[in-house]
Amino acid sequence: MTATTLVRSRSRWRRLPFSPWHLVLVPATLVLAFPFIWLVLTSLETPSEALHFPPLLTPHVLKLSNYPAAWHSAPFGRFFINSAAVAVTTVVSNLLLCSLAGYAFARLRFLGRGLLFVAIMATLMVPFQVTMIPQFIITKWLGVHVLAGVGIDHIGALILPNAATAFGVFFLRQFFRTLPIEYEESARVDGASRLAVLWKIVLPLSAPALATLAALTFLDSWNSFLWPLIAVTSTNQMTIPLGLATFQGAHSTEWPLLMAGNVMSLTPMLVIFFVAQRYFVRSVAATGLAGT
Amino acid sequence: MPKSRVAEQFTGWGFVTPGVAVILLFGLVPIVWSAIMSFQQNNLLNGRTPFVGLRNYRQMVHDPVVASAIGHTLTYTALFVPGTMLVGLFLAVAMNRKIRFISVYRTAAYATMAISTISEALVFIWLFDPSYGIVNYAFHLVGIPQQQFLNSPSEALFVIVAMTIWGWTGFAVVIYLAALQGVPSGLIEAAAIDGAGPWRTFRKVTLPLLSPASLFLAVWLTINALQLFDEVYLSTQGGPLHATTVLVYYLYFQAFQNFNFGYASAIAYFLFVVIIVITAIQFRVGRRFTYYRS
Repeated sequence: MTATTLVRSRSRWRRLPFSPWHLVLVPATLVLAFPFIWLVLTSLETPSEALHFPPLLTPHVLKLSNYPAAWHSAPFGRFFINSAAVAVTTVVSNLLLCSLAGYAFARLRFLGRGLLFVAIMATLMVPFQVTMIPQFIITKWLGVHVLAGVGIDHIGALILPNAATAFGVFFLRQFFRTLPIEYEESARVDGASRLAVLWKIVLPLSAPALATLAALTFLDSWNSFLWPLIAVTSTNQMTIPLGLATFQGAHSTEWPLLMAGNVMSLTPMLVIFFVAQRYFVRSVAATGLAGT
Repeated sequence: MPKSRVAEQFTGWGFVTPGVAVILLFGLVPIVWSAIMSFQQNNLLNGRTPFVGLRNYRQMVHDPVVASAIGHTLTYTALFVPGTMLVGLFLAVAMNRKIRFISVYRTAAYATMAISTISEALVFIWLFDPSYGIVNYAFHLVGIPQQQFLNSPSEALFVIVAMTIWGWTGFAVVIYLAALQGVPSGLIEAAAIDGAGPWRTFRKVTLPLLSPASLFLAVWLTINALQLFDEVYLSTQGGPLHATTVLVYYLYFQAFQNFNFGYASAIAYFLFVVIIVITAIQFRVGRRFTYYRS
């Protein structure tokens, strides 16, 4: 806003002791936050309060016991452990494998480099629905014949197909190419191996890109639903979204119980998100800016 | 070839092999495989997979559910994409200033990004419950009669539009806020000095400068909208009366309920073509309206 418009709008809103934008932002924020608020309120009600019409805006007694009840009617603890194991392993493996491949594509000259890179890029444009059926068959086959059970209906099936992604390789390759090559060259002259150059020089310089890839991969893995739905059927192998969907199927009208389960399900990611909000926001913004 | 070049060959292959192997095995091989499968009668229940030419594709053309699924998918996309962009743009413009509590406002919008589609759908099913939901109560207060929402064939898709717009708000706000922060304040001031009011400045200066972000959002949201699945699976299972059967839901149903892998692969390839065509059109049309400063 400019000096002149500021003066004009200030005179128009002189009687307001605060920015007029609050008049827009407070209702907008209430609408955005309302599902969260209602979710928590319902999770503290008794079944008869939840099924009261008109809805009660506040519960009469806080029925905290919905939480232990939900916790015991589905293995939420197990879901958390599975989700965390899958997300953390996927992030670590992506950082490792995509760094190695991205660095080789950015800096090394080897036979077939161009062809391999094009092959990887081709997979970037294809929607998951095209690949999911063969991916299911391959994972199933691997579990039976190669990996001794780490296949369909094992959380390994949720990690393996995403252990490295075309996006990760492409994203890190692009970033590595922007780094000044002089540091790497002088380290090579001093006799450092390629692996040492990558580990000691390139990766420390790439912390922002690695953080972005980690944040996006974590969010994707944690909230993924379709592939777990296909790949896992045993309750003790389920991640949170799939576990929550199954929980809903078993208790479809017990709203306080469902909402208690829902609050427990979304809290870990929400906490992680708040703590690292800056990283997540910057990472998502980076995909947008890269795309423009 | 000098020795160092030979060594570089090995290092290069060594570095790319683990990552590339995963991507090729779970990305490229399936692309080719499902293309082949779309020409086969591939039913998991009996082991044989004879080639049947174009039969799966012909079946698709004559399948009334596919026709209605295309309609639902396009309707959903046509509502969801502009809806999310408008909400995102409006909130980002409102939040693009340094006023008190701004981080609270922004965080409320961002938080929707951390919520899984399943959590989101579960809350909205409850908000829109026909008998006890708060939305019907709000309608009741302003004199609108009770609605059936997700139980109504004519309303269910709109409820899904509403819940997904909410779920994507944070994403759209982040993209637009980042773009707004790149708008040079000098240009805005120059427009004001030339006598343009705030609305005119927004339309003639800010909006064109945001056009790359708008194009990105339009493409990104469309790709995701055409692949809508999670919310439909949780809230309506494609019903009532197929009213929310979108392409990916039908594909999932054919593949993992009926185990018709061949037919499902044909639908998947059709979806792929739809995505490519729509994205290409968006880039074509978008480029004409997009202003790149560099």
